[in-house]
Amino acid sequence: MTNFAHYSTTHVSVKNLVLRWLLYAVLALFAFYYMLPLFVMVTTSLKSLEEIRTGSLISLPRDVTFQAWATAWSSACSGIKCEGLRPYFWNSVIMAVPAVLISTFIGALNGYAVAQWRFRGANLLFALILFGCFIPFQVVLLPMARLLGQMGLAGSIPGLIMVHVIYGIGFTTLFFRNYYVTIPPELVKAAKIDGASFFRIFFSIFLPLSLPIIVVTIIWQFTQIWNDFLFGVSFSEAGTQPVTVALNNIVNSTTGVKEYNVDMAAAIIAASPTLLVYIVAGKYFIRGLTAGSVKG
Amino acid sequence: MKSKFLFAASAALTLSFAGIAKAEPQAEVLHWWTSGGEAKSVAVLQQEFASRGGTWTDMPVAGGGGDAAMTALRARVLSGNAPTAVQLKGPAIQEWYEEGALSDISSVAEKNGWADVLPASIAGHMKCEGKWCAAPVNVHRIDWIWANASVLADNGIAMPTSWDEFNAAADKLMAKGITPLAHGGQAWQDATVFEAVALGIGGPEFFHKAFVELDQATLKSDTMVKVFDQMRKLRGYVDSNFSGRDWNLATAMVMNGEAAFQIMGDWAKGEFLAAGKRPGIDFLCASTPGEGFLYNVDSFAMFDVKGDDKQAGQMLLAELIVGQNFQKVFNMNKGSIPARVDVALDDFDTCAHISAQDMATSNAGGSLLPSYAHGMALRGAQSGAITDVVTAHFNSDMSSSEAVNMLAKSIANSL
Amino acid sequence: MITWFEKHMPKIVLAPSFLIAVIFVYGFIGWTAWVSLTRSRLLPRYDLHGFIQYERLFDSARWDTALNNLYIFGFLFIVISTLLGLILAILLDQKIRTEGVIRTIYLYPMALSLIVTGTAWKWILNPGLGLEATVRGFGWTDFSFDWLVNPDKAIYTVVIASVWQASGFVMALFLAGLRSIDQEVIKAAQIDGIPTWRIYTSIIIPSMASIFLSAFIVLAHLAIKSFDLVIALTGGGPGFATDLPATYMYTMAFSRGDLGQAASSAMVMMMIIFAIVVPYLYSELRAKHD
Repeated sequence: MTNFAHYSTTHVSVKNLVLRWLLYAVLALFAFYYMLPLFVMVTTSLKSLEEIRTGSLISLPRDVTFQAWATAWSSACSGIKCEGLRPYFWNSVIMAVPAVLISTFIGALNGYAVAQWRFRGANLLFALILFGCFIPFQVVLLPMARLLGQMGLAGSIPGLIMVHVIYGIGFTTLFFRNYYVTIPPELVKAAKIDGASFFRIFFSIFLPLSLPIIVVTIIWQFTQIWNDFLFGVSFSEAGTQPVTVALNNIVNSTTGVKEYNVDMAAAIIAASPTLLVYIVAGKYFIRGLTAGSVKG
Repeated sequence: MKSKFLFAASAALTLSFAGIAKAEPQAEVLHWWTSGGEAKSVAVLQQEFASRGGTWTDMPVAGGGGDAAMTALRARVLSGNAPTAVQLKGPAIQEWYEEGALSDISSVAEKNGWADVLPASIAGHMKCEGKWCAAPVNVHRIDWIWANASVLADNGIAMPTSWDEFNAAADKLMAKGITPLAHGGQAWQDATVFEAVALGIGGPEFFHKAFVELDQATLKSDTMVKVFDQMRKLRGYVDSNFSGRDWNLATAMVMNGEAAFQIMGDWAKGEFLAAGKRPGIDFLCASTPGEGFLYNVDSFAMFDVKGDDKQAGQMLLAELIVGQNFQKVFNMNKGSIPARVDVALDDFDTCAHISAQDMATSNAGGSLLPSYAHGMALRGAQSGAITDVVTAHFNSDMSSSEAVNMLAKSIANSL
Repeated sequence: MITWFEKHMPKIVLAPSFLIAVIFVYGFIGWTAWVSLTRSRLLPRYDLHGFIQYERLFDSARWDTALNNLYIFGFLFIVISTLLGLILAILLDQKIRTEGVIRTIYLYPMALSLIVTGTAWKWILNPGLGLEATVRGFGWTDFSFDWLVNPDKAIYTVVIASVWQASGFVMALFLAGLRSIDQEVIKAAQIDGIPTWRIYTSIIIPSMASIFLSAFIVLAHLAIKSFDLVIALTGGGPGFATDLPATYMYTMAFSRGDLGQAASSAMVMMMIIFAIVVPYLYSELRAKHD
């Protein structure tokens, strides 16, 4: 950590104190900006519909009720089924976990190949794979539907997994490549002299070094895949729909009565795995990036 | 001899019937009725379907008045895995038919005499090149105006029967500090108000020429300029926070007296009723100033699917949708009126009665018109083009003549 | 045999991903290009009709607005998120006691679905319901913040909400980068008496060039995908003042059954992206060779 405090002790401590306070004030101001929507969401989810209808939309609840949360989890209507978000959670899990793991693994191999095994055109190949990060999903929706149909994977979870892996490879390759580029090439040279093969070096040297960046990549991929709606709604059918589709059904009704408190509660519940991943792995996140992962 | 033959014949017949009955009706239904009230209404259909031996697989996709559902539909059709029945309405049905995606349910329609119980214009929407391809669920009326009864009574205002009367009432309310018109600034809501105004100022024939026939001369006419003038006036009667507001929050404004009127389709009634308000006592309903009836008919289109059980499912579903029981129960819950004209309306409220009467009169008088704002009169590209102009005009200080020119141009561009 | 395999192993390993890119990225772009030359309506048709879709596109007032918005929004979103992320990272790097909590607060927005956070922001930014009303309630009756309902300023509210969502992640990227800088270099500079701010501008920031690359790619990706937020926050309004190419394309394809238009707008969007990203990638990856 950049340690300036150590060298400032010679200066007048009042100036430091003021700067410190200023620092905390600025951080707090930004914290307010970031927390504001969450504040609105949480307070709304704790109000009754009556209060929402008659009161102001961004005030504290008069009477706190957790009814909306219970409804969102187990009895909100997402169609004829009024079972809340619960039934869809598992679909998202069995879709997201394999997709994240597979795309991470492929990204690791790719990044390793590009960063450590310099061959002609390596960077060009990297750039070509990277471009996949920029394609808007709406563009690929219809041709992908056609292809999935022809492959017999339409409406299935393996089909969805395949789609997410395909469009995740760009990012995972980016993250791993930037990480492996900082590892000195001497490691590979020495291992090659010892007679180790491409894969041997990968599995026994690089992979063990990669825990931080693996965690980073998993966090990014999990967030993107878990929160994806477009692919989820287009390539699933009744029974394989992920939780985002259910959330959308609960929240977005055009001519029906809107229950804002249930909507907010449902959104927070749907985001909870991702939030959990962020909070728990937050430490590893920084440590992961710290180990020179994103530095060229 | 004869008895043996008879026996064999009847046995064969029984077996063949059994064979037909063996195809257990299956249906995967794509729709966007996901909110509490709507979902319960659809559940009625599912229960009837189940009681006749059918298995209903629900595929709900909410949002944007069907946008997300249409996205999913395209993906499903392109991947060769179309759902059995899809909630579609208006020209979209014929559009899908042109892509070769729909199946023919004329046999069910003829067996149940649909042609006799549905108004002609509604029946027209359900046919693809003369063959029945969709089943109508309800009739929503778009051109309603809702009002807070006590606000009107306190200010000595009656429900306006002409736009001039409306303007006069609005001026009176503005002076008292009450927002005359509660409005939600979303494109579809702007379009809803626009077509109500167009119908009221131009009349049924004008409406038909402009929004069904897309006649350029009518689109550029002085009457159209007057319509935009009235829209500009209405813009002055909405409060400053209308932008982006959801329609039900605008209804809430009327409910608690902040605003006097709202122009919205009959699903607004559901919002009033859910809050315990009583029609005729707490809130008033009337058709918007002018003559005519703008309808929006929700329906299920049957897609071309393989498999006897799915096809049996379609037939059964179609039969049940236009059946007396579903028509009654669904519409009581939803706020609309049955598409079938022979359903007894005893249990429906006063606003529904008014709606049904008006539908009959306008059907007889030729002023039963499809709503453009809700996708009944035009295909998506054209109705979208009109809405773009309407909402741009409403949200800027574009002049009426500019708007009219832009309107004509956008339509030409969208064809 | 083994030697040939070993020698070409890197290429063999990369080949599947490359093939995937060829089919699913470039192939699909090619498909879109083809469809943009047809009169496709509800579903794709493949008989060519020339450039009529592009003519219609450039004739459309709504598309003009959408493109304009992309430039404004894209530029502001990427620049502000990067700056904000950098500043917050530098601030957080100063040995803050509650760093973990604050870091999580800045980071969590990315985890939430935009459908609902868009609604929350819509309420907050609405003059009658949110900030303006609240501040006026506190007594500052002249305070006005009605960008959301103003056609000329509404796009900036989209910037506010998108920056909120993404800047935390960018901050995390920069924070890690700051922490991986070699302390010896810093110490040496300080001993030489170079002022703190100079150290930042001449040593630290330049050494994080590749983080800027990652941040740019992540932000550009989010800017292009930025669809759910616009729909939830403004619905493309007031009017179509906050329309973006992504929402235009989606509307044309899926609500208006005008696939040809959607494809042509997608192609124009891809060309713009290409024009910006390719030079940047080229300069970044070129430099890596030394």
